[in-house]
Amino acid sequence: MASTTPQRKVWRLSPKLVPYLLVSPFLILFLVFGVFPLAFSFYLAFQTWEPTAGLQSMKFVGLGNFAFAITDEWFWKSLKNTAWLAFASGVPQHVIAIPLAYFIHTSFKRTRNSVIGAYFLPYITSTVAIAMMFGTLFSTDFGLINIALRALSEVPGLGWVFSGAPIDWLNRAENVKPAVAIVVFWRYIGFNTVLYLAALQTIPKDIYEAATMDGARRLQQFFYITLPSLKPMIYFGVTLSVVGGLQLFEEPFILTGGRGGTDQAGMTTAMYMYRTAFEFNDFGAASALSWLLFVVVAALTWLTNRAFKPRDGSQ
Amino acid sequence: MRKAPRAVAITAQLSIAVAAALTWIGTASAQQSLTIAAFPAVDEIAKLAIPMWKKKHPDVEIKVVSRAFADHHTAMTTALSTSSNLPDVMVVEYGFVARFAEGGGLEDLGAAPYNIKSQQAHFVPYAFRQGTTNAATVVAVPSDIGPGTLLYRDDLLKKAGVKEGDLTQSWDSFVASGVKIKAATGAYLVAHARDVKDIVIRSDIKPGEGLYIDNKGKVLVDTPRFVRAFELAKKVREQKLDGKIGAWSNEWSEGFKRGTIATQLSGAWLAGHLNNWLAPNTKGLWRAAQLPEKAYGSWGGSFYTIPKVSKNKALAWEFIQMMTLNPEMQLSAFKSQDAFPALVDVHKDAFFDQPIEFLGGQKARLLWRDAANKITAVDVHKLDPIAEEIINTEMDKVLDQGKDIKTALADAKALLERRVAR
Repeated sequence: MASTTPQRKVWRLSPKLVPYLLVSPFLILFLVFGVFPLAFSFYLAFQTWEPTAGLQSMKFVGLGNFAFAITDEWFWKSLKNTAWLAFASGVPQHVIAIPLAYFIHTSFKRTRNSVIGAYFLPYITSTVAIAMMFGTLFSTDFGLINIALRALSEVPGLGWVFSGAPIDWLNRAENVKPAVAIVVFWRYIGFNTVLYLAALQTIPKDIYEAATMDGARRLQQFFYITLPSLKPMIYFGVTLSVVGGLQLFEEPFILTGGRGGTDQAGMTTAMYMYRTAFEFNDFGAASALSWLLFVVVAALTWLTNRAFKPRDGSQ
Repeated sequence: MRKAPRAVAITAQLSIAVAAALTWIGTASAQQSLTIAAFPAVDEIAKLAIPMWKKKHPDVEIKVVSRAFADHHTAMTTALSTSSNLPDVMVVEYGFVARFAEGGGLEDLGAAPYNIKSQQAHFVPYAFRQGTTNAATVVAVPSDIGPGTLLYRDDLLKKAGVKEGDLTQSWDSFVASGVKIKAATGAYLVAHARDVKDIVIRSDIKPGEGLYIDNKGKVLVDTPRFVRAFELAKKVREQKLDGKIGAWSNEWSEGFKRGTIATQLSGAWLAGHLNNWLAPNTKGLWRAAQLPEKAYGSWGGSFYTIPKVSKNKALAWEFIQMMTLNPEMQLSAFKSQDAFPALVDVHKDAFFDQPIEFLGGQKARLLWRDAANKITAVDVHKLDPIAEEIINTEMDKVLDQGKDIKTALADAKALLERRVAR
């Protein structure tokens, strides 16, 4: 006994150090993959760099990269594309998810979980797989979407709505954005529905009971009880949509073959950033672009905060 | 070919780490190893060489690090930028040679002990020239080339009463034949009008001129070359002769399978792709011809380079010589992977005289050999990728939105000059 005790002491960590040891895996990973790239891209935004010539070839250019980015017409074009896509895919996500969540909440009992699961499935499916699948669906001559539209146009009475002529979804500038927005909407609607369902469950039932006794109809209950109670969750959901929408990358990247489609109609700012760095070999400008995008994201998040955050402090 | 860049970047980083770890383990053990970084199908060709290598160096292990095309070049850019995890031998595609050469991270193979210039006569002239920078240093040795060719559907042409000569005589007769083909068979002349533009801007380039920018930094995108290319592409679109189909898309391969695309301007290697996976069902229906109006152009090509920081330069050089100057290796790569040899020595081989079944028994390799000798090298500029994007975007505006060609090219020039001035 006496001989084993001191040995054990050697391996015992001071209790003071234990917490540090336990958080260190996260901290180390965060420093390497979070803080370092952030700091490096900030540093890079003020340099011009020919990457294949090694790190020593960096030259300080002050605000040159930012000046270039701000006067770059492709940056503004990509920002417009991003705003369009974020708006067109983001707004319907919430406008439809809230009533959908309310409907699932009130109308499904036993099958509720499987219905939610079905809506949530696209969110947990690989973006690459989704984008490739939609790429096939959107195909002009062989895609299911155009075949369905053609079939609909042959239904008597519907001919004036659907022309039946194949729509060139991904190769016409005016169609690329709606096509991408449809995919993004389809992918995130389930996620938002789950958010709102969670929030709906926290609304006390007795409020509805009291309202029913006072003679409020279902629609009135929705507008005067449900919607106001959902406000904190709307704030959360919209913030996520704003941030996610402005950083949109995978869906348009894969659907448009990495180029953004004809006339770059589907090229988002995140895509332009990626291409500037890895295709056009201008890492300095790409870093400047990423910080400019960050400013836009921060500003819009602040605005969302102003618009939706409860101000009375009740939350 | 570029998919899921984030995931790919992470995978690339991981694979670099793994490769580095493997290299480290390799060197730690008694056996020496040589790392070759390559993309498909050059990686397969490098693997083919292992038995031959083993005969000479049984003690040196060959490690082929293979990545998808885009990932390979991204990983190599990262490796060059940090001068770490570089392979001993780096395979580089033609489009990246200028960019990598500019960084100065690659060995000058023209200097001692390599002295590749003494072997220059063994290579297809334009390919050797492509591996040479403006400063006349040779950074890359060509291994395979992609002589341009016009592949066409013989059966559709016959149906429309069009002869091969009608297609190739001039660009105008090419378009006129397209009208006949469309009327008789319903098939598009080309997959995309852009394809026509791409080859016309590459013809009639004067020495010292680059494709988009000359060696003095002057932007050339409003020269007659571009005007003509844009006019022709517009004509193709106006006559509804293109399917607006991008290369490598689902529509593209379906178009080939169903016979709705009558011709394709491409590198000779496309015949192999058509045969292997794009449209094997159309065997015997295709033929190859020279490009219209005697335009000789090249589509890609692979090069071997040695990074300056490589620790096994002597072995790396030996490996490169085996891959590029050994007739047996060059021929086997041609036979197994359709890699058209850059080595002139094997161009007299009997294999060139063999008929190609997919092309209806045509002896097309002789045609491509002829083209390879007539292609002139075009100087490459590091801004070529952005220039191409600018031109393609303006082309979209001309084709889809009816933008005036003069204005489009002037806008393209202004955009590109802004980049050059940076």
